[in-house]
Amino acid sequence: MLVLGVTAVIFLVVGGLLLYAVIRFRHRESDSKREPPQIYGSNQIELSWTVIPILIVVMLFLSTTRVILETEAAPKPASALDVTVIGHQFWWEFRYPKLGVVTANELHVPVSDPAKPTPTYLEMTSADVTHSFWVPRLAGKMDTVPNRVNTMWIDPQQPGLYLGQCAQYCGTQHAKMLLRVVAQTPEDFARWIDQQKKPAGTDLSGNAAAAEGQTVFMHSACINCHTIAGTVATGRFGPDLTHLESRETIASGPIENTPENLRKWVADPNVMKPGALMPSMHLSDHDLDVITAYMTTLH
Amino acid sequence: MASGNPVLEAVDQTLKQRRPPLDVVYEWVSTPDHKKIGLMYIGYALVFLVIAGLQAVVMRIQLAVPNNHFVSPQVFNRLFTMHGTTMVFFMGMPILFGFANYLVPLMIGARDMAFPRLNAFSFWISAFGGLLLYFSYLGGDGLYGAGSAPDVGWFAYAPLTAKVFSPGHSTDYWTLSILLSGIGTTGTALNIMTTTICMRCKGMKLSRMPLFVWLMAVTSFLVFVAVSPLTAAQIMLTIDRYLGGHFFDTQAGGSAILWMHFFWIFGHPEVYILVLPAFGFISEMIPVFSRKAIFGYPAMVAASVAIGFISLSVWAHHMFTVGLGPAGNTFFVFATMVISVPTGIKIFNWLATLWGGKIQFKVPMIFSIAFLFQFLVAGLTGIMLSAAPFNWQLSNSYFVVAHFHYVLVGAIVTALFGAFYYWYPKVTNRMMNETLGKWHFWLFIIGFHLTFDFMHVPGLLGMPRRIYTYEAGRGWDTLNLIVGIGAIFQVAGILCFVWNMLRSYYYGEIAGHDPWDAWTLEWATPSPPPSYNFAVEPVVSSRRPLWDLKHPEDPDENYE
Repeated sequence: MLVLGVTAVIFLVVGGLLLYAVIRFRHRESDSKREPPQIYGSNQIELSWTVIPILIVVMLFLSTTRVILETEAAPKPASALDVTVIGHQFWWEFRYPKLGVVTANELHVPVSDPAKPTPTYLEMTSADVTHSFWVPRLAGKMDTVPNRVNTMWIDPQQPGLYLGQCAQYCGTQHAKMLLRVVAQTPEDFARWIDQQKKPAGTDLSGNAAAAEGQTVFMHSACINCHTIAGTVATGRFGPDLTHLESRETIASGPIENTPENLRKWVADPNVMKPGALMPSMHLSDHDLDVITAYMTTLH
Repeated sequence: MASGNPVLEAVDQTLKQRRPPLDVVYEWVSTPDHKKIGLMYIGYALVFLVIAGLQAVVMRIQLAVPNNHFVSPQVFNRLFTMHGTTMVFFMGMPILFGFANYLVPLMIGARDMAFPRLNAFSFWISAFGGLLLYFSYLGGDGLYGAGSAPDVGWFAYAPLTAKVFSPGHSTDYWTLSILLSGIGTTGTALNIMTTTICMRCKGMKLSRMPLFVWLMAVTSFLVFVAVSPLTAAQIMLTIDRYLGGHFFDTQAGGSAILWMHFFWIFGHPEVYILVLPAFGFISEMIPVFSRKAIFGYPAMVAASVAIGFISLSVWAHHMFTVGLGPAGNTFFVFATMVISVPTGIKIFNWLATLWGGKIQFKVPMIFSIAFLFQFLVAGLTGIMLSAAPFNWQLSNSYFVVAHFHYVLVGAIVTALFGAFYYWYPKVTNRMMNETLGKWHFWLFIIGFHLTFDFMHVPGLLGMPRRIYTYEAGRGWDTLNLIVGIGAIFQVAGILCFVWNMLRSYYYGEIAGHDPWDAWTLEWATPSPPPSYNFAVEPVVSSRRPLWDLKHPEDPDENYE
């Protein structure tokens, strides 16, 4: 904020001088034909407008350095939550290594009480190209660079939904690589974690369509890219689907998670998000129906 | 045009005779004359300005409303890649080199550049680089195996450019065209440096060179140092893509950060390569239209050289978000903030030149004043962005896009327009129309401020750059619409400008050799200058040789 204040003052002073000079020293009809007095320079004046800016720069630099150190070199409290963020073309993978939870696109974190902070420390990398994790209301951005681990932390103090998105151009669907961060009370967060830890329910005896959908899913290429915990599907190229229905959106944010949208998405992802890397599996209408039925059981 | 020398008059006569069109074409494509090459540079850059400008307009239409389907994501990504690449490599640098080619020899009283044939070679190799880039469009998808236009962004971050993420040939067109343009610009930079060092007329000491020439010398030095890493990086990328190299191939242990360093150690000096010539234009125009000598010439030269040096050590402020760590970040914060000191000196010295003058609001001057104001704003948002914590929030957002367009359009293009109005009479012996010029000025400036003032805000509200569409309800809608409307005004302004140039060529008032009552050597020779520039090699004894001629009672040399 100091930076804003300083630049605003400079703007007013220099802009004002410019305006004054332009009005005061404009050529008037009544002026004599003579050229104005020629002034070639003045060491004192020039020295003053060299030294004053240097002082301003030193002041700004010192205050900036303090903020950099406070942010980047802040000691990590023992109560911090660890999350690994992995950028993919064009979605986000979130892993909670100490809790054994894996999810996608919607990051759940506990709100932090200033008296007893529980910030979330993010270890970030990328599976393919460089992305950037940016949730403007929580923190600045940090790039996720392949072959490299970056760290940053967030410390939300109000429960709620925080929107963000990828901020480093990463290919065709960079625009729809959205991010949702859900900050929850510690109790809600614990409940969410418990739910996420469970494997997918395999007892589908009461739901014939879903049971058939599961069979279709497990016998097609879906399992090469997607994981559903507790089944043979262990692919890691696409988002983990174990608790797909606990997410509000699909396709990394832009599409609401409803059975109709899911069906449309599976039929051909490129219609809803042209350039998405998930291919159309050319499923029949019947297969699409049963797969959608199966998907909606993944709570 | 009486030069008083019968031989030269005979040469003038011969040059004036009408010749068959093919001879004229042959003369232009084979010319080593610095003025003709300069004009070709400018003409070719103007064509690319129009093309890349239209690309920007299409992007603004797409973003004017949320969830728009005017163009597909693939087309949009090509548009911003081509817009950026074209504007930097095939509009910005060529147009400035065009002016330098035309003006530097005239201003230092030389008859041509030091290496006229290298000059022609540099121009044509750059020009073919631009054509190669655009051939990628003509090649179309798959047709001739040429692929479609590049879509990796103008800084083409690795590993998005690797073969696995960018199959096809469009990225190769990007790489090769920039490689060619790099060879051309390096050649011209070498030529300008040598010319300023070796070709000055009698009495033109370094301390008497016009500021534009000084700034072009610094620019050329920067091109020489900064373009080479980019050229090297393009070669490395090609090796990665075709010969199994792993410089930037992260899947085989290469480094994505390495590419960023290579690119930005070119990319940031590049900003100064583009803006220093604009400083040069302003330093020539403001004194003439204030009717005063430039204030603090030695400080202006020192500040230019300082900017040149410091600009080589600030590149990683483009990389505050890649995790350089506190030590790296603080160094680049400091270097970046320090560059505002010499830049501030320049602004104050221009202000002091206005101070106490008799300011004439001719079209070149109103563009110069707009430059001062807009460059001030651009510099201040630059200081904000140099503070790393601020940058973590706003890097790669529309705030940054607005900031650098404030520099590129608000400062550089605005100064360029002023320069067109200022030197057009020298090239054509015709004045450009003042009324049309004021229409051009007001339409363009209103459009500029509508577009780029309002563009800062969506960035503050979290809108990243390079997205082809966005959801409604994030507070970005109205702002983007205003930004789009500004683009219409800018187009209208540019139409006035182009019409003015064409019309004035035939109907403009006859200018004579010195219409502005100016002081540098180019105004001492006829308009347009003959191919040999000066019939008799000039001798100067101060920074303002024509002032000395016009005011023999009080010449400048008494004060230097």
